[in-house]
Amino acid sequence: MMRLPCPWCGECDEIEFVYGGPSALLRPALEASDETWGRYLYFRANVKGPSLERWRHAYGCGQWFDIRRDSATHRVLAAFKFGEVVPQSDESAP
Amino acid sequence: MSGFRLPAPSGSRLNRAVELSFTFDGRAHRAFSGDTIASALLASGERLAGRSFKLHRPRGIFSCGVEEPNAIVDVMRDGRRHPNARATCVEVEEGLAAEPVNCRPSLRFDAGALTGLISSLVPAGFYYKTFKWPSWRFFEPSIRRMAGLGRVELTADRDRYDEVNVSVDVAVIGAGCSGLAAAISAAEAGARVLLMSSAPVLGGTLAWADAQAIAPLASKVRDLGVQVLTRTTAFGLYDHNLVCAREFLASPATGAVRERLWKIRAGSVIAAAGAFERPMVFPDNDRPGVMLAGAADKYAHAYGVACGRRAVIAANCDRAYAVARSLAARGIEIEAIVDRRKESEVDAGARSGAVAKHVLFDSVIRAVRGARGVRGCAAGPADSSGGRALSLDCDLILSAGGLTPAVHLHSQAGGKLEWLQESAMFVPAGAHAGVASVGACAGIFEREVAMEHAAAVAAAMVRGELAPMLPARGIGRSLENTHDAGLRGKQYVDLQNDVTANDIKLAVRENYRSVELVKRYTTTGMGTDQGKTSNVNAIAIMADQTRLSTAEVGTTKFRPPFVPISMGLIASRRAGALFRPLKRLTAQEWHQQCGGSFEEYGGWWRPASYPRPGESVESAARREARMTREAVGLFDGSPLGKLEVVGPDAGRFLDLMYVGTLSTLAVGRSRYGLLLHESGVIADDGVVARLGPRSFWVTTSSGGAERTAAAFDEWLQCEYPDMKVLVTPVTSSWDNVTLAGPKAWRVLEAAGVSPQLSPASCAHMSLRNAVIDGIEARVLRASFSGELGYEIYVPAGSAAALFARLHAIAAALGGTPYGVEALQIMRVEKGYIHIGTDTDGTTLPGDIGLASGVAKKQANFVGRRSLLQPASRDPDRLQLVGLIAADKRTLLPIGAQIAKTSPPSAGEGYITSSVHSDALGYPVSLVMLARGTERLGETVRAFHLGKPFTATVVDRRFFDPAGSRLNG
Repeated sequence: MMRLPCPWCGECDEIEFVYGGPSALLRPALEASDETWGRYLYFRANVKGPSLERWRHAYGCGQWFDIRRDSATHRVLAAFKFGEVVPQSDESAP
Repeated sequence: MSGFRLPAPSGSRLNRAVELSFTFDGRAHRAFSGDTIASALLASGERLAGRSFKLHRPRGIFSCGVEEPNAIVDVMRDGRRHPNARATCVEVEEGLAAEPVNCRPSLRFDAGALTGLISSLVPAGFYYKTFKWPSWRFFEPSIRRMAGLGRVELTADRDRYDEVNVSVDVAVIGAGCSGLAAAISAAEAGARVLLMSSAPVLGGTLAWADAQAIAPLASKVRDLGVQVLTRTTAFGLYDHNLVCAREFLASPATGAVRERLWKIRAGSVIAAAGAFERPMVFPDNDRPGVMLAGAADKYAHAYGVACGRRAVIAANCDRAYAVARSLAARGIEIEAIVDRRKESEVDAGARSGAVAKHVLFDSVIRAVRGARGVRGCAAGPADSSGGRALSLDCDLILSAGGLTPAVHLHSQAGGKLEWLQESAMFVPAGAHAGVASVGACAGIFEREVAMEHAAAVAAAMVRGELAPMLPARGIGRSLENTHDAGLRGKQYVDLQNDVTANDIKLAVRENYRSVELVKRYTTTGMGTDQGKTSNVNAIAIMADQTRLSTAEVGTTKFRPPFVPISMGLIASRRAGALFRPLKRLTAQEWHQQCGGSFEEYGGWWRPASYPRPGESVESAARREARMTREAVGLFDGSPLGKLEVVGPDAGRFLDLMYVGTLSTLAVGRSRYGLLLHESGVIADDGVVARLGPRSFWVTTSSGGAERTAAAFDEWLQCEYPDMKVLVTPVTSSWDNVTLAGPKAWRVLEAAGVSPQLSPASCAHMSLRNAVIDGIEARVLRASFSGELGYEIYVPAGSAAALFARLHAIAAALGGTPYGVEALQIMRVEKGYIHIGTDTDGTTLPGDIGLASGVAKKQANFVGRRSLLQPASRDPDRLQLVGLIAADKRTLLPIGAQIAKTSPPSAGEGYITSSVHSDALGYPVSLVMLARGTERLGETVRAFHLGKPFTATVVDRRFFDPAGSRLNG
């Protein structure tokens, strides 16, 4: 069980959190093609290595935030509050 | 008879003043306090301890620890059965009863042993081969019957378990000399240290081999304030240094906690778990009386038990000579040491002072005499082509094949392993962040060197530095492959699963090349011992056969748990009522007084119905539905989810969340709302009412309160952070007393409610504030039954009084309280959906006839884009329609599949709800049916558990389709 750094509450056990999938998924415009929309809904890169993901401290402050985490080693590399500038990276794109 | 009790001072673990009695296989045995089941059985001369898994061969006690493959027993204490325990690990308690597993009718006469006669027909991968030929179905019944070991009790586990969470700087696993040295060093550096030992005492091997060396270390550990856990085994190392360990409580009183689960979050983990002895592979090496050399040594010293009178030692390491000396000192005759190695490979110092009558080099055991217990053996040159064998008399054959470091924790942490050719062992390669191995489990066997290294490692880790590594050393030469292919007879590699050297060779001949696949195909290492004694031998034979090096073959992945643990331990206290605590109604007592029969619905403990004498839950529900339709009914709707959504952007926000448009609601009015996921799938439904210009009252389904609140919160935080909206879940702050039926208003009127709430002045779907009997209430005219309905929201805790008051009036008018089952009857009669019952994770609004709401709304809302996808607009989608049995009598079973012909066949849909309707006079069902709305009037066939039904598709508004009853 991992320890995750909530930017508001500090490090807590994983059971307090809910995983929200990769972050920085860009919602296509509503005029986008069916295929583009379908990819947005259902296709994920399943990154091995550093990945940017969304978590919610569900049994704590209730806030959503981003972390960068190595999905192979489970090492947490950085945490970001919403609104903070997250270094862009294309790792979560399909 | 073979083993016997040695006199004191042998037996450092025993308290000979306390004698205990227990039974094994139905026969009485004596033991001393401190004995394990295994040591007591050996002391009483018992040789048979169990039967092997596949061939039911007689087996004896093989080891003296967790690695035991043979002596698996079901343990009974106070009539409680604990299956599949290792007899070598269970301490005897007074009155304990142990039963061997896997033998019927008895251990001595086991009918399953007949399998041995057909063993050549049951080769490696037999199980998988039956999939191809002749037929798995043919073999399945007999394989299923033979599978498994002990018996599981079908009643609830009555033992108590507990869970402890701790956080420490350093967790040291294993309390041998290296573990003690590490714990002392870390504690001296100021760290909070937790030290655990599987044994009841500290010291590991030295606890019995050199107690004097351990005593000062153990007392120093305690003086330094190290937290010490004995009888505690770390079974897993999980992410971010979470160590999970099981503690056995010694002889707990009846009803007290028996096992404790420790969840230890450690800054650093130091593994000092020691090593296992590797057995030799030779013909009939599974006979009772063949055992690990180190185990015999430990039984002699720690338990005061001689495992036999005359021993032959099959050796592949220098350690064999030390064991021989040690056993000879306790009076056990050493008939021979049969060393697999050439004389030049044996360390001269190690073998000095040999006590054996014969010492043979470059030799193996060629045959074992005695099927139910060793009576002797033949030993001779390893190359089976030549050389005479020596016949040796003995009742004990000790296997000393080398050592296998317990690298489990290192490996679980993601650490790599390295093959050390000289000593034929896998050792940790490199340190892993936060986890280090010391002592024997790191391949370091010289006491002083290991202790010095362990102390240095601990000090470095406390400073936050990487642990210094030391090359593995101090064990001498061992050959990797000990088995002689030319010899006849079964040469066992995995004793628990009956895997022989020939099985592994067969797998290689059948072109299995990956060690993971050979493991699964032959089942080597897949027993409850997880191959602690067999893995290295299996890999060595595989390497030999594939002409790969052992390093290239590699080892299988080590996964937790290190030892089998009981399910009760994992559940800990989260069992019974605490497994998933029920949510309760504030008016529970009132419902009980009314005769409510309670059941769980979505986590809530609610009245299913209120059976009168002679009524079943179901017949009561039918009566309640009738009485509600004829007069009036009272229902506790408190579990309905409630949210207050306030702020200047509240209306705009709810428009985005719901299929319906809510910003245009007038104050005091409400509307049905459907909530979708972004994929367009229905997430929940409910009624949204406007309390004021900037505030809304949102109700959700009873099961959907949390997920609706979470969805709102997620969209606000992640997508619309600029919207000024506050969402407050208030489900538990408000009770809901629902009144439904043609006489509903008459009840309220009689209770003195303002005429402003009469059906004439308060339209359907209106919300009014009211005072009823001095209780401030929000009253919503809404209906889930199709009757005139009032949902009265009152502050939590006020429901019981209101129920009592209204019920007194209603009863005189022919009214009744009704439960969830009557509600289900009435809502199905009306064709109203219940989220999660009629819908699932694929249902779109159009599938349940709510496409018009989608079409009408021009603005965007969550899920809208997905509803335009081709898959969402497929005309073949399932649609919710009504279904009535052709005979108008049969209750169609929920879950029945609609199909043209009997399954297996292409399905066209399935029945989601089914009720007996007295209002209609026949049972009715809801069905998700392909192109359902186009098929009204069609006759379809439904199938359930092999039974066919014929039914007619109809409009799902079975009762009062015009909705004329809504206004009373």
